[in-house]
Amino acid sequence: MSSDDEFMSDQMSDDAYGDDDDSLGEEFDEDDDQDFDDGKEDKPSRKAYEVDFKVFSDEQIRKSQQSQVEEVSSILGLPGEQCAILLRHFKWQKDRLIEKYMDGGEEVLEEAGLGQSYDTLPRLEKVRGFACDICCDDERGLDTYAMKCNHRYCVNCFRQYLESKIKDEGEATRIQCPSEGCSRIVDSKTVDLLVPAEVDNRYKELLNRTYVDDRPNLRWCPAPNCEYAVDCAVRPAQLHTIVPSVSCRCGHNFCFGCGFSEHQPCPCSLVKKWLKKCEDDSETANWISANTKECPKCISTIEKNGGCNHMTCRKCKHEFCWVCMGPWQEHGTSWYNCNRFEEKSGSEARDQQAKSRASLERYLHYYNRYANHDHSAKLDKDLYVKTEKKMTTLQSSSGMSWIEVQYLEAASKVLQQCRQTLKWTYAFAFYLERNNITYIFEDNQKDLEMAVEQLSELFEKPTDQLANAKKEMMDKTAYVNNRRIIVLEYTATGLAAENWKFTVDLK
Amino acid sequence: MSLPKRIIKETERLVAEPVPGINAVPHDDNLRYFDVTIHGPAQSPYEGGIFRLELFLPEDYPMTPPKIRFLTKIYHPNIDKLGRICLDVLKGNWSPALQIRTILLSIQALLGAPNPDDPLANDVAQRWKEDEPAAIQTARDWTRTHAMV
Repeated sequence: MSSDDEFMSDQMSDDAYGDDDDSLGEEFDEDDDQDFDDGKEDKPSRKAYEVDFKVFSDEQIRKSQQSQVEEVSSILGLPGEQCAILLRHFKWQKDRLIEKYMDGGEEVLEEAGLGQSYDTLPRLEKVRGFACDICCDDERGLDTYAMKCNHRYCVNCFRQYLESKIKDEGEATRIQCPSEGCSRIVDSKTVDLLVPAEVDNRYKELLNRTYVDDRPNLRWCPAPNCEYAVDCAVRPAQLHTIVPSVSCRCGHNFCFGCGFSEHQPCPCSLVKKWLKKCEDDSETANWISANTKECPKCISTIEKNGGCNHMTCRKCKHEFCWVCMGPWQEHGTSWYNCNRFEEKSGSEARDQQAKSRASLERYLHYYNRYANHDHSAKLDKDLYVKTEKKMTTLQSSSGMSWIEVQYLEAASKVLQQCRQTLKWTYAFAFYLERNNITYIFEDNQKDLEMAVEQLSELFEKPTDQLANAKKEMMDKTAYVNNRRIIVLEYTATGLAAENWKFTVDLK
Repeated sequence: MSLPKRIIKETERLVAEPVPGINAVPHDDNLRYFDVTIHGPAQSPYEGGIFRLELFLPEDYPMTPPKIRFLTKIYHPNIDKLGRICLDVLKGNWSPALQIRTILLSIQALLGAPNPDDPLANDVAQRWKEDEPAAIQTARDWTRTHAMV
């Protein structure tokens, strides 16, 4: 018996992807009917920085849940509703569920909040002499409902309870029986029976959402109002070796690892650190420590903008020496020539200040370039609109056809993409240790940046000159795109091989 | 707005069968607002103290838990200086089948068994863990100064 089941479950897990695809492929005849694993081999041209992924619609996700529920249901011989709860309890790890259930069914059911016996047909009942514990209503002929745990409440209270859980708390998979301390999970048949359609839809939506959240290989597209989810095999543990950029059917490009918009070649953990650094006012503090000192007496922050070392605090009138920070009187006759400068404490303070200044300048170097490309990337929309206008004027002025002016759009797209990549190369570079591969990286980065600026300049030309620049522009576009691929390939292979040395821990 | 049957029944029962050491009386002008007193449990640092609390039943009670706050100052790791209470049944573990009386009993039990591992008042909890006898003494002192009038 048990060997039979093992055989079945093995077969099922092997076929999992194929099965899903069969049911989905009928409606969505994209390349879905390929097996996932074969997909990798079918695309030998895949670049080092690209990952395999698939986009699923809401409908497809529901269906794939359904097919998994049916599958488990046929293996375990349990009603579908019960299997759905079990699968959710096991975070959709089918094999683990089947294995555990075979070891001890009762225990698994208890743990998932199902208890022993389970009726597939929930229905309302009228009970003689009933008084609802929630509303205290005890009218005769009151419709009541109880799940198998027999905690009976009137239908209105039960409905209200479910509605408040679903609508207010956004709860779906872990709604428990309203009775205190009862851990029985409310199944979807019960929800169907009790709540109005609108709430039921919300419930289904939430179930769907937790399904995607529970599966490590699925992630919702973070774009507003987008209802697609992306399936990608990259696991969180791999994120220090790979930057999984995926592209949703809605057109949004984002990182599968962290959900942030596309940030190749910079790994997720660096992106997080970098953004935090940019947001933090730790950098403001850094500036202050590099450029100011504090009055030794009243601790006001002072920036010295000229003049001699004899400082008089504006606030507390304390007089001190800017160089050694000691009180001015102690300088005796050696005014304006602080000989305490060479003392150990003085030189340490100086070192500290120099270090702080250098690190600030380094940060600003990278930040300015990052921010510059970020800003340019934000002008994407403008550029795109401008390009469209130029394409129309060019058509009318030079007599070129619509097809013939497409190169402008292509160029603008490449330009936007490259700016995005360039922006993140600076965050990436900020955390790199200085070594030979870093020098190579910076050369690649420089080449890309130069090429991007040249292409950008071509765009600035007046429309009448654009027609003559067509060949140059197309060449440049191809070249820029190539440089981008080189940068990404180089960083991605380095990441995969863990060749890069960072100043911070990546994991 | 009429008062739900549930609240009327609960109030009636609180008056008819009061819980020993707990007293809850609704305001005349707002029947959802209760003045509560809880006697500190015996063998606890709160023994002998009478603690005043306010209790409010929100619009969607009993689907959402009542709002309760200590009005008397109390030195307790799960009660902060504003009197807010960290208790599971007042939050995620609330069930509409629970009642005012059961909640107040839980609070009384919390006085008898402080839980410094799940603190609301961090400073108190830390002291409770590091030097329990001293913390208990402080709780006793506070009870004497604030809860015995």
